[in-house]
Amino acid sequence: MAEFFAMGGYAGYVWSAFGVTLIVLAGNGWFARRRHAQIIASLRRNAQVESTEAQPGFKEVMT
Amino acid sequence: MWKWFHKLASPPHFYRLAGLWAPWLMGAALILIAYSLYAGLVLAPPDYQQGDAFRIIYVHVPSAYLSLMAYTMMAVASAIGLVWRMKLAHAVAASAAPIGASFTFLALFTGSVWGHPMWGTWWEWSDPRMMTELILLFLYLGYMALRAAFEDRKRADRAGAVLAIVGVVNVVLVHYSVEWWSSLHQGQTVMNEDATMPASMLTPLLTMILAFTLFFGAVMFMRLRGEILLRETNARWVRRMVTGEAAHG
Repeated sequence: MAEFFAMGGYAGYVWSAFGVTLIVLAGNGWFARRRHAQIIASLRRNAQVESTEAQPGFKEVMT
Repeated sequence: MWKWFHKLASPPHFYRLAGLWAPWLMGAALILIAYSLYAGLVLAPPDYQQGDAFRIIYVHVPSAYLSLMAYTMMAVASAIGLVWRMKLAHAVAASAAPIGASFTFLALFTGSVWGHPMWGTWWEWSDPRMMTELILLFLYLGYMALRAAFEDRKRADRAGAVLAIVGVVNVVLVHYSVEWWSSLHQGQTVMNEDATMPASMLTPLLTMILAFTLFFGAVMFMRLRGEILLRETNARWVRRMVTGEAAHG
């Protein structure tokens, strides 16, 4: 097991490459989810503002 | 066939389908990534020249491949969006950019980490492969910055599309940089008749490339759903979804 983690002396290189890769993969999923939720929330806010003000036309939402 | 395509391109239909497909793609991608990690880190033997450092190939090559694939997709979608004024195509381009940028960063990072023990340097400014890949990162970031600079989404779509299409030249340069100029970077490993890799080393690479592609597809669908909503703000189905059942989100 220790031999596996040592990666023939290249542990720092191999594990940092794989570690950062996993972080970027996780970040991709997390940010995509969060953005979708944010867009829905902002659309919902606009819809509420619109219904209370009772005016036609939708406000521009976040870019 | 044409009818099916038309239905697929209709925003509410695509929104629903993307929501259905994303979890399955993500599940398949994660299983395949887990398998490829095991096969690449444990099952594959160390390289006779590079020892265990060669294992970085299993994250470097799939990332580099995705960095080019995502850009090509972005440019093709942009061209379709410009020519046929198709909103969904612009949504595809806008969704591909941040994902592509992240994999370009990964290709550069893992390449640097691999280069240090093998070539004795983290980075070489005069190297064509490294420079063109760095320009690819700047093209992605420039595309996103340009989009963000416009208040009006239609103008952002058009301006971004022009940049994406012009920048596709760089994809060709990245690909041929190791053949046209002398580079530290080695030649192609996959689909190269001269470079032979035993199956125990090659299989995890191929499965990881497939896994990354599926992962890209899953994140793409997740992002596309948001981009579709932004472009369909005034459509009745979006309003109904937003004010009505929250379960749809």
